[in-house]
Amino acid sequence: MTTLSRRKFIRLAGAAGASSVLASLGWGLSGCQKSAKKARVVIVGGGFGGATCAKYIRRWDPSIEVTLIERMTTFSTCPFSNAVIGGIRNLNDITHNYNALRQKYGVNVVHGNVIEVDPVKRRVAMEGGMAHDYDRLVISPGIDFRWDAIEGYDEATSATLPHAWKAGTQTQTLRDQLVSMEDGGTVIIVAPPNPFRCPPGPYERASLIAHYLKENKPKSKILILDAKEKFSKQPLFVQGWEKLYPGMIEWVGSNKGGEIVRVDAQAMTVYDKFDTAHKGNVINIIPPQKAASIAHTMGLVNNDGWAPVNQTTFESTQHKDIHIIGDASIAGKMPKSGFAANSQGKVCAAAVVSAINNKTMPPPSYVNTCYSLVSPDYGISVAAVYNIQNGTISTIEGAGGVSPADADDVFRKKEAEYAVGWYQSITSDIFS
Amino acid sequence: MQSYSHSHYLAITLITTVLLLGSTQAQATEITPASMLANSCAGCHGTDGHSPGAIPAIAGKSTEFIETALKDFRSGNKASTVMERHAKGYTDEEIKLLAEYFASQK
Repeated sequence: MTTLSRRKFIRLAGAAGASSVLASLGWGLSGCQKSAKKARVVIVGGGFGGATCAKYIRRWDPSIEVTLIERMTTFSTCPFSNAVIGGIRNLNDITHNYNALRQKYGVNVVHGNVIEVDPVKRRVAMEGGMAHDYDRLVISPGIDFRWDAIEGYDEATSATLPHAWKAGTQTQTLRDQLVSMEDGGTVIIVAPPNPFRCPPGPYERASLIAHYLKENKPKSKILILDAKEKFSKQPLFVQGWEKLYPGMIEWVGSNKGGEIVRVDAQAMTVYDKFDTAHKGNVINIIPPQKAASIAHTMGLVNNDGWAPVNQTTFESTQHKDIHIIGDASIAGKMPKSGFAANSQGKVCAAAVVSAINNKTMPPPSYVNTCYSLVSPDYGISVAAVYNIQNGTISTIEGAGGVSPADADDVFRKKEAEYAVGWYQSITSDIFS
Repeated sequence: MQSYSHSHYLAITLITTVLLLGSTQAQATEITPASMLANSCAGCHGTDGHSPGAIPAIAGKSTEFIETALKDFRSGNKASTVMERHAKGYTDEEIKLLAEYFASQK
């Protein structure tokens, strides 16, 4: 969710050099620190991971000063953004604020762009001159897109061919385009390769767009062009599509030419790797992804573009006292989901509080549950319980899995209700 | 008079403590193995089991109720949507810790 300015960011690899450059830039004084607390934690990124971590650190140890830095003053969730695109929720319904974190938990919430991190002075500098000193730094920056991956598709093009994979303006753009589209149009969804944020997301999106089209523009079609040969909860999605939207959704895997390599935005056409053209009336391109740019400029990522961590504490394997959680991190078997980030935020909070208090953290436990709506009354889920095995977050054998294939309508409706209930619970666990 | 002076003394102690530590310097809560397990449940059941929506609230239910329910979900004796898949991830000991944790929530 958070795009941090890359301006003047100093690569942390040359730590000593960074420190002297900072001194020459005049970052010697920090005007924003009030009093010396037991310890200061700075968290960058106020989404599912970072906001959760802030709240849980303060719940466990209110003597630790927590500063949460987030670019936006409100946060729109990716979960249920497909419901906005499908017209069953408004953007307001999925937008949250930081009032409770401030008032109830005493988190110092600061809005703005981070421009520099000095790992020697342990200081985060922000645009406008404020700086925040830390004993521990947590970053939960989310994802950024690989704008160089698809020819003809860049950030500027995404204004008209939206990705809508960071909730907010783009979510509304895609919704508005669907409303403007004439009956009989084709909606193209370009789905990304693994790993990416929210593995079932593109297919839930197709489902809820189909729900809208079936009721309003029933002659229309949805074409999913996929860089993968299979996808999350595939048999359950396909079963739901055949039952609810027969003939409306076509999925093309990478081996059949689903992988899109070129986009002609003017002609509203995408080209697969065999140079076959696909023309759409609305085109939603979900590009290949990487850890958000701040993780790259800080030197926290590996060659694949994601951040390796100690999976018990989420401390970066590249930098001591810097933790990285959520989609940007490499978290063993956990998917890149809001639920996973929430779960990781609590484990990371426990690790940070334990380290500050010189205590041993009890063994971590993690959970993920991803609900998807195939329609407002038809829900499916995938779940897993994890622990640490050989230093890696691993699934506990025998637990977890997807909703049963042979479930009846009552079961699917119940899971749709629980999807809504889950959203209320997890957002209250983070923001209230 | 004995009880008066005792509470008077206590009040002075509390005020002194507050003055010394400052109002935000509350004590750290111990991070227990139970809380590490229970925090995962909050993703669906709300913080400490206080669910605001369609998913059942579990805060303040009896230890026996929660323990029995989780074991019955795990064995399939009690029908569920997702809980059977979750409960299979926990041992008897972990289920007991979870039950006690949520039972102790107000």
